Amino acid sequence: MSLKEELDTIPRKVIKSIKFGVFSPEMIRKYSVMEITTSEVYDEGGLPVRGGIVDRRLGVAEPGGRCETCGQTHDVCPGHFGHVELVKPVVHVGFARVIYDVLRATCPNCGRIMLKEEEIRRYRERLTKLRKRWRLLAMNLYEKIRKKASERATCPHCGFKKNKIRFERPYYFYEETESGALVKLDPEVLRDRLAKVPGEDLELLGINPSVARPEWAVLKVLPVPPPHVRPSIQLETGIRSEDDLTHKLVDIIRMNEKLKIAIETGAPTNVVDNLWDLLQYHVATYFDNELPGIPVAKHRGGRPLKGIAQRLKGKEGRFRGSLSGKRVNYSARTVISPDPHIGINEVGVPYDIAKILTVPERVTQWNIDFLREFIMRGPEAWPGANYVVTPEGRRIDLRYVKDRKALAERIAPGWVVERHLIDGDIVLFNRQPSLHRVSIMGHLVKVLPGRTFRLHLAVCPPYNADFDGDEMNLHVPQTEEARAEARVLMLVENHIITPRYGGAIIGARQDYIIGAYLLSHKSTFLTKREVAYLLGAGKSQTPPPEPAFLHPVELWTGKQIISHFLPKDLNWVQPTAFKNKCQDAYRCVGDEWIIVINGYMAKGVLDKKSIGAEQVDSLWHRIARDYSPEVARSWLDSSLRLFLRYLDLRGFTFGLDSVYIPQEAYGELEVVIEEGLRKVYNLIEEFREGKLEAMPGFTVEETFENKVTEILSKVREDAAAVVEKYIKKDAEGYLMAKTGARGSLVNIIQMVATLGQQTIRGERIRRGYRTRTLPHFPVGDIGPYAGGFVKSCFRKGLSPVEYFFHAAAGRDGLIDTAVRTAQSGYMQRRLINALQDIYVAYDGTVRFGDETLLQLLYGDDGVDVSRSDHGKIADIKSLKLWIR
Amino acid sequence: MISKEEILSKISNILPQPLYKELEAAIKEVDEERAARLIHRVLRQYLTSLIDPGEAVGIVTAQSIGEPGTQMILRSFHYAGLREFSMARGLPRLIEIVDARRNPSTPLMFIYLKPPYSKSRESAEAVAKKIQQVTLEMLAKEVDVDYVSGSIIITIDSEQLKYRGLSMKDIERILSKTKGRDMSISIKGNTIVVNIATPDILKIRKVKDKVLQMRISGIKNIRKVVLQYDSKNGEWFIITEGTNLAAVLQMEEVDPSRTYSNDLHEVEEVLGIEAVRALVEQEIKRVLDDQGLDVDIRHMYLVADAMTWSGRLKPIGRHGIVGAKESPLARAAFEVTVKTLIEASMRGEEEHFKGVVENIIAGKYVPIGTGIVRLLMQFHR
Repeated sequence: MSLKEELDTIPRKVIKSIKFGVFSPEMIRKYSVMEITTSEVYDEGGLPVRGGIVDRRLGVAEPGGRCETCGQTHDVCPGHFGHVELVKPVVHVGFARVIYDVLRATCPNCGRIMLKEEEIRRYRERLTKLRKRWRLLAMNLYEKIRKKASERATCPHCGFKKNKIRFERPYYFYEETESGALVKLDPEVLRDRLAKVPGEDLELLGINPSVARPEWAVLKVLPVPPPHVRPSIQLETGIRSEDDLTHKLVDIIRMNEKLKIAIETGAPTNVVDNLWDLLQYHVATYFDNELPGIPVAKHRGGRPLKGIAQRLKGKEGRFRGSLSGKRVNYSARTVISPDPHIGINEVGVPYDIAKILTVPERVTQWNIDFLREFIMRGPEAWPGANYVVTPEGRRIDLRYVKDRKALAERIAPGWVVERHLIDGDIVLFNRQPSLHRVSIMGHLVKVLPGRTFRLHLAVCPPYNADFDGDEMNLHVPQTEEARAEARVLMLVENHIITPRYGGAIIGARQDYIIGAYLLSHKSTFLTKREVAYLLGAGKSQTPPPEPAFLHPVELWTGKQIISHFLPKDLNWVQPTAFKNKCQDAYRCVGDEWIIVINGYMAKGVLDKKSIGAEQVDSLWHRIARDYSPEVARSWLDSSLRLFLRYLDLRGFTFGLDSVYIPQEAYGELEVVIEEGLRKVYNLIEEFREGKLEAMPGFTVEETFENKVTEILSKVREDAAAVVEKYIKKDAEGYLMAKTGARGSLVNIIQMVATLGQQTIRGERIRRGYRTRTLPHFPVGDIGPYAGGFVKSCFRKGLSPVEYFFHAAAGRDGLIDTAVRTAQSGYMQRRLINALQDIYVAYDGTVRFGDETLLQLLYGDDGVDVSRSDHGKIADIKSLKLWIR
Repeated sequence: MISKEEILSKISNILPQPLYKELEAAIKEVDEERAARLIHRVLRQYLTSLIDPGEAVGIVTAQSIGEPGTQMILRSFHYAGLREFSMARGLPRLIEIVDARRNPSTPLMFIYLKPPYSKSRESAEAVAKKIQQVTLEMLAKEVDVDYVSGSIIITIDSEQLKYRGLSMKDIERILSKTKGRDMSISIKGNTIVVNIATPDILKIRKVKDKVLQMRISGIKNIRKVVLQYDSKNGEWFIITEGTNLAAVLQMEEVDPSRTYSNDLHEVEEVLGIEAVRALVEQEIKRVLDDQGLDVDIRHMYLVADAMTWSGRLKPIGRHGIVGAKESPLARAAFEVTVKTLIEASMRGEEEHFKGVVENIIAGKYVPIGTGIVRLLMQFHR
């Protein structure tokens, strides 16, 4: 089959537009294949009753049997609507409001809208002008016309004096007579009145009479959907369980029958009316079973039935649950685990998954032998194939092919082989919640043993992933176009710079940072063996540099190794986290500034600020921005492996000695804390004696709390200074905090000095017992300890009371996170819904989906944030380094 | 040979102005050859950083503002450095902005003054006193209620009166204007007596609150004022709790070009749609900066433009931008599904599949990104 012929097989029919409207009773009858005449469903033999609700003429939804209307089996028959003739009309609840609006605005006598001819002419003129382009203004005008017409009491056309109409939710209408009595308007009366309104007048009320007449909102005929809409399920016990809609329809038909008999036997009016009302109730709850003011229709077991409205509504409803979000094939999900040895744009896929997910590959004369091998290996052996598709479109399942060799011989160009996932295939990798576009990126497959997806650590930040049990999803694009798009647009290296702020979101973290720091440190010297090992880790293709020391042994510096991988034309200067006094990079003695000249790292140490993720104006940011994505990716790949391998070589451990401070430091800490506590006690005394003066705008109590918080937070700050002074500058904890690898100075202080004030909802702990936080304190204690001040540090251990307060503050944080996710999730959903149609047009303007103009030039300069330099087009300062 | 200035002037209408200015300054310091190379690099970088047609900037913006929301604090803390004020911050304030709430939880104004008034604390304080709303309650030393006879006796604090620069005459003038149906007010010296003809407890309380909340001087809604010193410009300015731009801008002491209110709707009414556009953008930026979250300004522009595009400030959501969409399916897929569909059917609306959700629902390609490209391959010939 030629490509052209093949394109012709693609159905060209696509939905161009959908027109909304209301079915008239005539249309419902015309559309119906049969009238439902009995409330019986199945006979004794378990077969559908003719004229019943599951009549075969409505179509067959389950295997076995043929449709009596179209003669097709269940998988082809689309189902056909039936109908029920209602003995007495009932209101369609959804349209009750519309009925009310029309009734109020029109004359019950002549049916005309309650406006003068002159007004009608004026409004009509304005509407024809507005309707074309100003949809929203037209809507406002409809509203205005409706209000105006509803206000008038005497009909300007026939002079009839109208009574006030009252609407009682969900479906009752009354007329208020002059004497003030309420007369009920039954659906028959409503229908007659609505039918009188001429089409031209309806147009003024915003109703399009060519598709919707108001009297159609009062149902005389009820359409009955085919069983496909309400399939019954067979339980294992053999018992048949019907859909909620079927149950509801049976109720309606039964009530209709009863009403019919009552009328035919000449039952008293109140009996008829009661039955009529019941019919109205059933029809109403069939459409919507969450109506205010009437009881919910329930299943025998007490579970509320699902009406049609409930099927459509909400998160799991048809619109949000089935149409906007669909389930897909060719996807996999499992736990993720880290693998620093694969590339940042790779994903490790278990063999078990690679054998199930397939890529359809078209047989050509160039790959035919290659694909034949896949077929011969079959579905069990990796890399094999699961299906073969013939040019006629027949799928051959390789599990049931006895002679795979013969089949392999038979394939020819034009066939399609659905082969297993192999190394180098492109897949989409995703972690929920997908909050931004880098939550889904293209990865290259690397098939590995094990049962988890393997992920490079540097791509954790965009996914916000960790390995405490996180699971991720993987999708295999199935068409050539999709694969091409994924490779060109979605691959990880094309998303190193995030469109949120134009900085690198992918980069070194944790072990990589501390490894890089140690490697770049002045005291690092490496032997030839070690250099060979490290260059191998970075997969270097070039010979090692000249050693820094030639005699007595050849030794290389760590900076030499780092430089070995840097692009040869890179120039960059930036301060490190250790920058202290030096203001001039070029005159600084220590390693406080990073200086890279022509790809040679002459000075400085690497830390989070220079190679970390989510850092702007850093060494890594420059590489990611000034070089191609491939160069940036391969630099990160090899350098990160290098840093980690060096860390392995050197060793790095965190123990009790890492949080050691000498005894005299504890003495100093004691002084600092005691000082703070004394101040608080003084303050309490002042407060108790009523001497404390309130700050403007605050009560005395609030002032007191503020001051206590201030003093106690100062205690921690002072403690921090003491710790900074005494802690060894090469202690592992301190190094990690300083380089930004993990933790902060606060964490170290909490370990060695004091935990400080614990807070709940931003305040000192106050809740608990009536006048105190815990029974361990005297009544009315408002002191520091009762308020959750923890003097101990983790190293020494917490007292039970301190432990309790610490746990309480920790729990508060968890609650905060939970509430925040819900709130921000909803905000983001609204933002997305409001802005999703906005795009950049070919002329550079920003437009909504309907092509209305929003911005003349995106962001005033037409620059893509993900291609900018932290929002700027070009960083002239760094460009100057280029033209040195 | 062409000089560096000449090269630069040739591209003056290609580069955006700020970048052009920066480049102009930069080439002054270098020689001809280097300048040419620098211009070349800047130009190349500019051209490669332009956005692609089709880019789904709306979605990128929504994500860029929504995603940091998960990292924000929920509580509102006290305004840094100003302990007297609390100011909505973080996520609640962000939601308030995109919702275009009518009543912001913490309305604030920054009132800048014209030179003579802004130079000293005393003169600024005088202006502040004029601005702050003074109610009878603030002047009262004592309030007695006689529930039996139905009278309220308010004793005025003469010190307060002096401090506020008011006299009993002012109070008298204001009170004389107010007339309740069965209420009489008499003033004797420093005491005000309010008599109610038909006393019952509820009514007395209501009248009491009404009388005490009566504004004697100042500007309506300005509940609190605080003076601040801006050391950078060496001037005093006023921060107020509660806003009333219209009244404040009319004061001659006030510098109207810098005075700021964070009430979106008020700014829309007083200063117009362009002003709100700028305010929306600034307020979102302020919230995010405050949390230390880095989001590009272009995203704020887009949200502000979308919210003010129609000429009126519209919230993001069902009553705003989403609600104004033409597509019935897009509206139904957002919120209030059933009502939307019923209205669409009565109006005879039509779905044209121009937006994203509609096309997803219909299983078609989305008209955004690579989906806007219409390419047909011509076979043969």
